[in-house]
Amino acid sequence: MNPPPVLPQTDAANGAPAAANPPSDRADLRPESINDAVIRLAGDSQDGIQSAGAFLARLAGRSAQDVMTYMTIPATISGGPSIFQVRMGTGEVLSAGDEADFLVAFYQHSYQDHIGCLKEGGVLLYDSDNVEPDLDDKRFVYVGVPITGLTVEALGGTAKDKGKNIFILGLIAKIFHLDVDKLKALITEKFAGKDESIVNTALMAFQAGYGYPVGNVLTKQYRFEPHVPKEGERAQITMDGNQALAYGLIAAGVRYGAGYPITPWSSVMEILRSELPKYGGLFVQAEDELGAVSLALGFSFSGYLAVTGSAGPGISLKTEAIGWASMSEMPLIIINVQRGGPSTGLPTNVEQSDLFQAIFGGHGDSPRVVLAASTVEDCFYIAIEAARIARKYSTPVFILSDTSLATRIEAFGEPELKDLMIDPTLDLTPRPVGFKPYAVDQITQHVPPGARMLDGKYPLISGLEHDEMGHPTGSPKLHMAMTAKRRNKLRKLAEEIPAPEVYGDQLGDTLLVGWGSTYGPIHDAVKLARENGEKAGALHLRHVHPLPNGLEKVFAKFKRIVVVEMNDQGVYGFGQLATILRARFCEPKIESATKTDGLTFRVKEILERVFEGRSFAARKIPREGIPTVHTDTSPENVKSLKEVVPQGVG
Amino acid sequence: MSTENTPTNGSATATATATPPDATLDFVREKLTKKAITADHPTWCPGCGDFAVLASYYKVIEKRQLEHEKIVTLAGIGCSSRFPYFVNGYGAHFIHGRAVPLASGISLARPDLHVFLFGGDGDGFSIGGNHLNHGARKNINMTYFIMDNFVYGLTKKQTSPTSPIGFKSKTDPTGAIDQPVNPMKQLICAGATFVARTHATQVNHMVQMIERAMDHQGFSVIECLSECVEFFPGAFDSANPRKGGAFALIDEKKWDNTPEDELRHDVTDELAAYKLAQLPFPGVFGVFYESDRPTKNALEKKWIDTTREKLGNPTDLQLLQKTFDRMK
Ligand SMILES: Cc1ncc(C[n+]2csc(CCOP(=O)(O)OP(=O)(O)O)c2C)c(N)n1
Ligand code: SF4
Ligand SMILES: [Mg+2]
Repeated sequence: MNPPPVLPQTDAANGAPAAANPPSDRADLRPESINDAVIRLAGDSQDGIQSAGAFLARLAGRSAQDVMTYMTIPATISGGPSIFQVRMGTGEVLSAGDEADFLVAFYQHSYQDHIGCLKEGGVLLYDSDNVEPDLDDKRFVYVGVPITGLTVEALGGTAKDKGKNIFILGLIAKIFHLDVDKLKALITEKFAGKDESIVNTALMAFQAGYGYPVGNVLTKQYRFEPHVPKEGERAQITMDGNQALAYGLIAAGVRYGAGYPITPWSSVMEILRSELPKYGGLFVQAEDELGAVSLALGFSFSGYLAVTGSAGPGISLKTEAIGWASMSEMPLIIINVQRGGPSTGLPTNVEQSDLFQAIFGGHGDSPRVVLAASTVEDCFYIAIEAARIARKYSTPVFILSDTSLATRIEAFGEPELKDLMIDPTLDLTPRPVGFKPYAVDQITQHVPPGARMLDGKYPLISGLEHDEMGHPTGSPKLHMAMTAKRRNKLRKLAEEIPAPEVYGDQLGDTLLVGWGSTYGPIHDAVKLARENGEKAGALHLRHVHPLPNGLEKVFAKFKRIVVVEMNDQGVYGFGQLATILRARFCEPKIESATKTDGLTFRVKEILERVFEGRSFAARKIPREGIPTVHTDTSPENVKSLKEVVPQGVG
Repeated sequence: MSTENTPTNGSATATATATPPDATLDFVREKLTKKAITADHPTWCPGCGDFAVLASYYKVIEKRQLEHEKIVTLAGIGCSSRFPYFVNGYGAHFIHGRAVPLASGISLARPDLHVFLFGGDGDGFSIGGNHLNHGARKNINMTYFIMDNFVYGLTKKQTSPTSPIGFKSKTDPTGAIDQPVNPMKQLICAGATFVARTHATQVNHMVQMIERAMDHQGFSVIECLSECVEFFPGAFDSANPRKGGAFALIDEKKWDNTPEDELRHDVTDELAAYKLAQLPFPGVFGVFYESDRPTKNALEKKWIDTTREKLGNPTDLQLLQKTFDRMK
């Protein structure tokens, strides 16, 4: 594939050969074996933090370690604070990790904003050219390295301090005994195709970091417990949630789509724009979201199930056309990569506040299917599920993702593509005499133009209430029958989807219910709670609308049901899914735990909310710069703005 | 509208391109008659100009013997947009103002279909104005017929973007005050590559214009003055010879090197077309502008073809597998 990296011959001087097992600088150092580490890199967005983080994530993927990353981008386009957090573990990594074991601070503000997220006993690795930490705070281990100076020195004047990220990567590789060969291969791959000097510069920066005698200041080194592959375990692939959605759609045989740029949806359309032509398809950047959804419906009408997508504001614009898709029974996939709303809201933060919009957004009774992806891996598979449902039930299907899934990188087992790939073909076989596009007693199957109608009667696809041939009718009886027909498809679907499995205790005191990207922290929370003696389980919904049948049987087995979601408790005190579940099951034991700070749930937050009063749920480490109270931010309870506005903290 | 120069369909396998299975014609294709393409009886008011447009459309389909199953008739919302219900063929009655992007999707994915789009002045120039501009700019292959009655018919007499100043409507009881759209100017400016104007009382001319529009590669638009007898009667009498008006035709260049030809209209001359469009109402009729700028259909297809060729025309599975291998 790629040529082996060309290494600058600076190794000998630093005593760091390019081998997988580097000797430590001090012979008495023995690496400590760990199976999980949270590394947070904090700097400014121009520092390439994301790409350093991505290298670590991909390395972990290649080493068959699960990885989960978490990043924030400032709302401004460039400049400003940025973080990337990688949690690497040999076991199952579910959430990004509440606190960092290891914090790399590029600047004074990075240090100040993030030291509160460092675990007691954690390591602060800081650029001693820019940061002066409070060394009197004995909770942490301090490792100062003149990162800026050394990078400039290693690369020569022209590169200035660009390359600090790769220098850090070298340092981290040393401290964690990472696989140097694989990292160098990744760096080489990443810059392959560019000027050779760029690859060399990057490798030089890496080498400089790797060769730095960090052992003189950090007396500990770590090594991840080796991963023992299970039999038949597949190779890991590493990607972010938007990539997983895009490739899932491709696997599902979706070859056409249209969109309009908006954070955090844009990268899905960017990927599809350049990928689909390779598969003979096409993604169009439309003039606006109204145009985008209409184009997508045109593609679907033509016989190729199509995709459109956006974030909340753009979905609002698509709403009328989605109603048409419901009425005309046109298959369509609509992706909403949710961000904080309403309006422009918190464009780069995370929120799960578009659930109502997905289920109910539209005028009239306009049934549609809503799925929610729980992890990056699930983004891939849910795209396939969405396509299956859209085709089978000739219906619009929403996929809800969010900022956190869109921007984080996870490793997961490579999908078995040959079993999954769908070949999009048009069924142009002539339709028999008597064919009706909207037969009341059948599930509509959209017929692509080009298929002959043997009785010479062609179907009209209509947004007006119509008869079985698609022709307009004002008949009250027909409107009743057709409304029921469109709704009954969803009931049929509900029969087909299995109730999700409960994680943890199958019978007990507390059931945590979630949907979407909160999967990780909710499951981690249940794990912790059970370790502390709670009888608890977690149920995560992928099919949010229609809900699978049989949930009431699960609910009956628990004393409390707490729905955990990132949206507001609303006028009546319940989050969006909680409201729907309460309406559906008339179940007073359903409680709601919501929050609206635009940040992903931390495990501790969930424990605090759900298991209030238990000792294990108490917060142990005060975190500066972050509101410690998420539950009640009503004006009378807010003393200072700083309390409720996240101060540059992810 | 021709079917060349448009992207292949989505499938990467050779067998699954958009060539329909009946390309070999394993059936006898009967002559397409007016009766076969007629559906519901039109719900328009007696005397509405739109009837004649429908008649012209039937005529073109019959004359050209288009393949029945490949005719796609689309519309937004309005009296005029009811059109697809009256045609027995594949069709869609979409939402107000968005039929251009709907038609674009169909056109881009299915080069084998004949994509016709019908609508009103409000549908096209007001709520759908943005789409009209971008469809034109991108030069997406379709035939778009705008039935312009200078009024909102379906919603019963509100001012439309083409209503003349002074027109008394329910939303301008003392007469319209806003400058109306000049459809020809706007379409030429937007980048439409075939721009023509006709009149609903002139069936032969309409047929001619529709035929030329469908033979043109690209975004072809015809504006047709089609009278709303209910809410703006007599609006187009000044261009109707039977009502004492003059139906002035554009004298197109014949390229015959005669001195008279010098004075004739060169349809490829954008500025000359613009000048014609400036003429006071009722102006002239015929083809104002035509250019052979590449269609988006052709450009996208070229991109698809070169991309696939460069990759060695792999199967879908090979392609995605390769991508995943890079992510390991
Ligand atoms: C989103 C939306 N807004 C408004 C309407 C109401 N409406 C239907 S047709 C129409 C105007 C139609 O005028 P035009 O396009 O000129 O068609 P005509 O009836 O004159 O043929 C309006 C405003 C609608 N159907 N949808
Ligand atoms: S209201 Fe006007 S445009 Fe509508 S059908 Fe009647 S005459 Fe035609
Ligand atoms: Mg009108």
